[in-house]
Amino acid sequence: MARMTMIEAVRSAMDVSMARDDNVVVFGEDVGYFGGVFRSTQGLQAKYGRTRCFDTPISESGIVGTAIGMAAYGLKPCVEIQFADYMYPAYDQLTQEAARIRYRSNGDFTCPIVVRMPTGGGIFGGQTHSQSPEALFTHVCGLKVIVPSNPYDAKGLLIAAIEDPDPVMFLEPKRLYNGPFDGHHERPVTPWSKHDLGEVPDGHYTIPIGKAEVRRAGSAVTVVAYGTMVHVALAAAEDAGIDAEVIDLRSLLPLDLDTIVKSVSKTGRCVVVHEATLTSGFGAEVAALVQEHCFYHLEAPVVRVAGWDTPYPHAQEWDYFPGPGRVGRALAEVMEA
Amino acid sequence: MVDSARLSLHVPEPAVRPGGQPDFSNVKIAKAGSVPRPEVDVASEDIRDLAYSIIRVLNRDGEAVGPWAGSLSDEALLTGLRDMMKLRAFDARMLMAQRQGKTSFYMQHLGEEAVSCAFRKALEKGDMNFPTYRQAGLLIADDYPMVEMMNQIYSNESDPLRGRQLPIMYSSKEHGFFTISGNLATQYVQAVGWAMASAIKNDSRIAAAWIGDGSTAESDFHSALVFASTYKAPVILNIVNNQWAISTFQGIARGGSGTFAARGLGFGIPALRVDGNDYLAVHAVARWAAERARRNLGPTLIEYVTYRVGAHSTSDDPSAYRPKTESEAWPLGDPVLRLKKHLIVKGAWSEERHVQAEAEIMDEVIEAQRQAEAHGTLHAGGRPSVRDIFEGVYAEMPPHIRRQRQKAGY
Repeated sequence: MARMTMIEAVRSAMDVSMARDDNVVVFGEDVGYFGGVFRSTQGLQAKYGRTRCFDTPISESGIVGTAIGMAAYGLKPCVEIQFADYMYPAYDQLTQEAARIRYRSNGDFTCPIVVRMPTGGGIFGGQTHSQSPEALFTHVCGLKVIVPSNPYDAKGLLIAAIEDPDPVMFLEPKRLYNGPFDGHHERPVTPWSKHDLGEVPDGHYTIPIGKAEVRRAGSAVTVVAYGTMVHVALAAAEDAGIDAEVIDLRSLLPLDLDTIVKSVSKTGRCVVVHEATLTSGFGAEVAALVQEHCFYHLEAPVVRVAGWDTPYPHAQEWDYFPGPGRVGRALAEVMEA
Repeated sequence: MVDSARLSLHVPEPAVRPGGQPDFSNVKIAKAGSVPRPEVDVASEDIRDLAYSIIRVLNRDGEAVGPWAGSLSDEALLTGLRDMMKLRAFDARMLMAQRQGKTSFYMQHLGEEAVSCAFRKALEKGDMNFPTYRQAGLLIADDYPMVEMMNQIYSNESDPLRGRQLPIMYSSKEHGFFTISGNLATQYVQAVGWAMASAIKNDSRIAAAWIGDGSTAESDFHSALVFASTYKAPVILNIVNNQWAISTFQGIARGGSGTFAARGLGFGIPALRVDGNDYLAVHAVARWAAERARRNLGPTLIEYVTYRVGAHSTSDDPSAYRPKTESEAWPLGDPVLRLKKHLIVKGAWSEERHVQAEAEIMDEVIEAQRQAEAHGTLHAGGRPSVRDIFEGVYAEMPPHIRRQRQKAGY
């Protein structure tokens, strides 16, 4: 057991997987010799050789397209899109190809690939290094979508994703790479080395895809969040002194509806929090499901807290990013209703 | 200050439109046997000419001539003829079946039979094709059962793809035929990935990528070339230039200069143009490229110069955009008739045997059709279960799809 940052946990997941299975290959822009712009693949090429961890041309569609072909051959590619914002050139390959190959070939061919991408804001990345495109993937049948919130989950879920027989989008909140950011940007970030979930087993373990985790038990209101927003929600509940139950979804597709329904049926109130823009965001899906399944338990309308419906700004980043203040106001609103 | 006229946009147009006289005078055709056959380890810069010429084996007298001749025995050529005739008969019956309302859609290969039929014979078992919608000859020439193809076209109860794919979008791992996508060029780069995987595993199998002339404008075509070139992937990059992308002539994707094959040169990929209606030339070039790939010498790009005689699909009307007689004017002839003539010249075939073979093949196709239709057609008889809609999206059905299946009553 060791203390790891999320970057180290992600790297450890690939290391463990590559050691266990010769068919696991890792590639993407700058991931080989250099080890990736966030260093999440550092050392893998030296350890496993240039044919199992290598740099690619700057071509996201080429990265995902070749990964699909490799998967059809029998390999298990785990590729990196340098920033989630750059996945759009690969969107055709992901949505029309990777997601559908099993279905359209009736299982004759399958596509066990993992597409990792640093996602979300909070590092002054501006419009093209801050996006949260998860809803674009959750709308695609055939993909799985994971957003971890801590090193322990990141490693267990990434190993599960690599071992999964279907294509998995693995969105890594880059604001969490080094510590459990709580949304108070004026406060120093607590490193993962001082956090329980920074304690990560060195070897192999998995966390099942499709299972949410209750991060904070409570009875007054359910906060549904994932990724960075889990920590923001926890901080908001603390700051507001509200007995909130905080659910970390971990997997958006498939979604652990049972955990959400159980919680909201108990609390009668629900706030959904995500960084991505509000309109048609994943929060809309959660709100709709809560309405369908918990209507007679609800004491107040479901409220969503999300990024504004604008491109992600650079200088005003902290006014864009949902922080504990905004989440706290939403909690107060549903408690008053 | 530059003294210039106002700018104007150049939009390419084909030489002739409906009502005009077909004109292929711009298609430069090398004499059969005149293009040299380099060693397979040749450097791409040493064979730049091959990207601009056309490799041909069969001359106008039906003789096989030049350095690319001799890659096939008489027996293999007779099999090739039979494969092409079978594909043509299959097309005729399925086109009619679509017109009879037995399926929604069909795409025929008329005029292009040599490309896929001859190419398949240059591959080994275990190699993988990533085809487009006009390479059914890869299956026919590999003896994939026609009944299965028809079951797929009819989306009937025995459709191996359970009614999920458009007609003709076959899939057979066993026969080296990757599941077809309707999105163009996406699979070109997947083929490169498959080939890279084979190289990563130190395997001996190779991949073949397929694309039409129009789809070379897609960005994935260029992604595929850069990956194939960078990693020297054991892949054959095929471009079938049949002159037409639905109604759009090949000059729109290609622009005014060069050839499609020449696109490989900028990537350092050996590039050849071949007469796509010459079964012998297609086979010889494909075998050359396959040998290169298998000897770890990397990718080869091949442009097949051919002509799409039929409509793009059953939803298309070519008389609206090209002269009706254009296909007859195509200077590279009909691939079936050319191979037939060659075999007759060699004394291995005759007009009588050809007529007899045509009848036998049509009987075989009709019998396959009878068997397939016993399992149903798109609108009549047996069809896949509604339950099949929900199966196989993932390896294991997740709860939300299970809930939807139950809601649907299955």
